[in-house]
Amino acid sequence: MEHRLDRIGRILFWVVPPLMVAALFAAFIYAPTEIVMGNVQRIFYFHVPSAWVSFLAFLVTCVYSIAYLRSKNRRHDAIALSSVEIGIVFTTIAIITGSLWARPVWNTWWTWDPRLSTMLILWLIYVAYLMLRGAIEDEEQRARFSAVLGIIGFLDVPIVFMAIRWWRTIHPVLIGSASADAKGQFNMEPQMVVALLLGITTFTLLYWMLLARRVSLEETTDRVAQIKKTLADREAD
Amino acid sequence: MRNYIAKIVTIVWKDVAAELRTKEAISSMFVFALLTIVIFNFALELTPVNTAHVAPGILWVTFTFAGILGLNRSFLREKDQGCLEGLMMTPVDRSALYFGKLLANWLFISIIEAISLPLFGVFFNLSVLRWPILPITLLGTLGFTAVGTIFAAMAVNTRLRDVLLPIMLFPIVVPVIIAAVKSTGAVFANRPLGEISQWFQLMIAFDLIFTTVSFMLFEYVLET
Repeated sequence: MEHRLDRIGRILFWVVPPLMVAALFAAFIYAPTEIVMGNVQRIFYFHVPSAWVSFLAFLVTCVYSIAYLRSKNRRHDAIALSSVEIGIVFTTIAIITGSLWARPVWNTWWTWDPRLSTMLILWLIYVAYLMLRGAIEDEEQRARFSAVLGIIGFLDVPIVFMAIRWWRTIHPVLIGSASADAKGQFNMEPQMVVALLLGITTFTLLYWMLLARRVSLEETTDRVAQIKKTLADREAD
Repeated sequence: MRNYIAKIVTIVWKDVAAELRTKEAISSMFVFALLTIVIFNFALELTPVNTAHVAPGILWVTFTFAGILGLNRSFLREKDQGCLEGLMMTPVDRSALYFGKLLANWLFISIIEAISLPLFGVFFNLSVLRWPILPITLLGTLGFTAVGTIFAAMAVNTRLRDVLLPIMLFPIVVPVIIAAVKSTGAVFANRPLGEISQWFQLMIAFDLIFTTVSFMLFEYVLET
């Protein structure tokens, strides 16, 4: 039986590569160079889509975690897990690209700005999710526990963001951090908007493609484990 | 409803009775809290000038670290003696079990905080016994205990056991810790209470959201 996600994945496999080329073209050639920051601003066309995809991925995990607890369908668990793995990759990309951009523009690799800090905490929450999974043998229990963490973790994100924002604004202003918010902002030219939207679209479709692939990999793993078990049982007889 | 509350009280009482006999959790948490304070004193080389600034942070790190010990203890004890299976077989709703464990943990950690707070004041030469500290401590502690109780129940059932609890819990409770540290700092610095009202709102919101969510999810953790 073929699932909808598999079909979407197969179609996207042909759609995403040309879009990727177009997005690269838009980011590096079509979009004009930003006056103040120069070419380093172009990282923005990869950074923003990565950050968006990580939120999307963790939202999908939350939704499928709830679905799993209701249905106890192994496939829902596989989707939740796959989405976390992809989400962590994109969170890492967002953090690293952000750092690379911040070095010349903010003159620092890292600042405890609400967005940066929230990203880091997101990363930590979902790494804990993977560690939790790694520490449980029983498949059904593993799915249940990680669903609980998947739900609680995602609900926490807006609260973390708010708390860090208040922490920052009430906090006495440190050197440079008052202008840090303003510095690096710029007016977007229409071509820049096009490049950004194209980037977001491409990354979003890439996410669904990766998700479909990862889920089918997970199901293959399940099937292999099942076959191994059957063989072992037969040998024992 | 009355019946339900009676069940919760019974579970709390069971934990209190067990604790009164062994005094394991309370004593280990207390000594640990004391040690944390001592270590911080040496690590940060506190002077009267910087103490007021870093004290709220030290205080909450001490509370959360000691709290982790207590939370882990609370389910390790159930797990080791097969007590959890026994509890699950009793005709008690899973959610009552959650509230019972939550209240017992909250009580134990609050006791530790009540003992270590005056000591903290003595060691760091701060006047800590001011009334706003009471609601801040209770709300902050409830926040991390609410999530900590459900996570502890999960952690003891894994291969990594107690190691996993802080790894899962700390990133989630960041907002409560920020709110608690900030409001404690404002109280220590004699700033007007109006300034910390939004931190109170944040802690209340966090406590409400995560107590409710954990209460709803707890039955899936203790499923057989």
